[in-house]
Amino acid sequence: MTYLWAFLIGGAICALAQLIMDLFKLPPAYVLVGLTVTGAILAGLGLYQPLLQFAGAGALIPVCGFGNAITTGILSEVKRLGWEGLFTGAFELTGLGVTSAVVFGFLAALVSGPRR
Amino acid sequence: MDPKEAAKQKEYRDLVKAMEPRPSFLRNMLLAFLVGGAICLLGQFVFDFFKGLERTEAEASAITLAAMIFLGAIATGLGVYDELGELGGAGAAVPITGFSNSIVSAAMEFKREGLILGMGCKMFTIAGPVLVYGILSGFLVGLVKGVLLGYFR
Amino acid sequence: MAVKRQGLGTIAFSSPPHIIAASTIVGPREGEGPLAASFDTVTKTDLYGEKTPEKAEYRLLEEACQGALTKAKLEAGDIHYYLGGDLLNQIVTSSFVARQLGIPYLGLYAACATIGEGLALGAMIIDGGFADKVLVGAASHYHTAERQFRYPVELNIQHRGTNQTTVTGAGAAILASSGQGPRVTQATLGKVVDYGLKDANDLGSAMAPAAADTLVRHFQDTGTTPGDYDLILTGDLARMGSKMFHKLLQDAGYVLGGKHQDAGLLIFSPQQKAGAGGSGAGCIASVLFGHVLKEMYQGRYHKILVLPTGALFSPLTCQQGESIPCIAHALVIEEG
Repeated sequence: MTYLWAFLIGGAICALAQLIMDLFKLPPAYVLVGLTVTGAILAGLGLYQPLLQFAGAGALIPVCGFGNAITTGILSEVKRLGWEGLFTGAFELTGLGVTSAVVFGFLAALVSGPRR
Repeated sequence: MDPKEAAKQKEYRDLVKAMEPRPSFLRNMLLAFLVGGAICLLGQFVFDFFKGLERTEAEASAITLAAMIFLGAIATGLGVYDELGELGGAGAAVPITGFSNSIVSAAMEFKREGLILGMGCKMFTIAGPVLVYGILSGFLVGLVKGVLLGYFR
Repeated sequence: MAVKRQGLGTIAFSSPPHIIAASTIVGPREGEGPLAASFDTVTKTDLYGEKTPEKAEYRLLEEACQGALTKAKLEAGDIHYYLGGDLLNQIVTSSFVARQLGIPYLGLYAACATIGEGLALGAMIIDGGFADKVLVGAASHYHTAERQFRYPVELNIQHRGTNQTTVTGAGAAILASSGQGPRVTQATLGKVVDYGLKDANDLGSAMAPAAADTLVRHFQDTGTTPGDYDLILTGDLARMGSKMFHKLLQDAGYVLGGKHQDAGLLIFSPQQKAGAGGSGAGCIASVLFGHVLKEMYQGRYHKILVLPTGALFSPLTCQQGESIPCIAHALVIEEG
């Protein structure tokens, strides 16, 4: 069942992003930023965790999951450390993603180049 | 500007807007849905695989993201992710694999200007905004919630 | 007294210079297009064996210039001036070629209209009696233009129906005061026209008013109509821009009909998924010096009007919300 919801919810988020891009002729970066911020706000309202439980990878993989992960990290660190957590928490959960993107990006660029 | 000329130009701009080939909203949405959904489905398989290796939910999530980023990097290196983007639009851009693609494609593009000033400087030219506004919004949400719940003493 | 002027702004050369030789070279994708057979060289890869696309672009232009010299049985030293341009910042491609040629050089920038500026200036220099032989050239490259104007090549981007594809290619020609070949008889230089369009994804529509302005002024100055030409070749309005161009000409009382062709639409077939068509300084240069001149040699065209168009913006001005200023130069080329 999770598989179906992952597909449907993940697909729906992408379809919504596509519609906004097409309707307002926006470059993708605007929509990606919008989704990230939305994920962060939903995380603050405590709504993203239920979505993750429900849709699994369908909520984890889209970029709003990234906004959620940053915010969740900050919130748990704030709870633990107080105001210092505002500055230490952002990469608590996302560090692995950013690090792997940099490492894999570096390696891929070493062995491959742009083509058409 | 002469008002007659201004009116003529305005009329032209309106005509361009009217004659512009409009993308097929439905077709684009459907393709974004299918491509994005398929990537998330793949992510779910990866997640369940790692979950099956007796990992906690949080660990499995983290490893899944890393694995998807790895796959995005491979697809970019092989030169197929841009094709996927041409087909799926937001369906390829929104998943974490798109985030990976934006970093890897920039790294590949700018390595010719050197590993430091080229690749090093420009790796995040596309992915930068997501990081910047992700962190800023997370910071703001943390601040508001911290104040409301009295975590700052 | 400017005796070689006709009407308000058209130059009528009193001894029109000949295009005595021309050469073209394009990339693999252009080499799969409908005009494949008309190019002198088609490279096997975009990078043409070079480490960077900038180097490849520079070699394309260099080989086009060399090709034109070889065909004319001339050496660089026989040429009095080299006039060239490209799309890259500081027009490095064409300046690097000038470094190789070692002859006096004037660097040009008119975006995709560069070759038009080159031909007009070259013809003026020769007709003015300042030179006997002038080399003109222009080039562009898909990869160098993408990274300068848009995104990394491998980024997931969904192109719109109005996006054009930068042509990988170069064209060069030698203008001479005497010899064999078609002659550049008239030129109407363009004003910068800006109708306030801001969409860098639809440059064709932004450039169409500039093309229409120059063409209408040319018709008025010379008293000609579309019927007086075998071909009116724009480059590169592409699909959307061509539509708007026809509309503007119609409003001014001229029906182009089948006389009009666009280099951006000629160079790629619709199956090649090149968006609205080709673009870039190398597009009209390679189409004009390849396909169109060959048609002239074979007597299919006797008198043509070439109207290269350029969008004079930078990514920076676009991000700052400026509109896109455009230019078009008209040249009349008649069989020699």
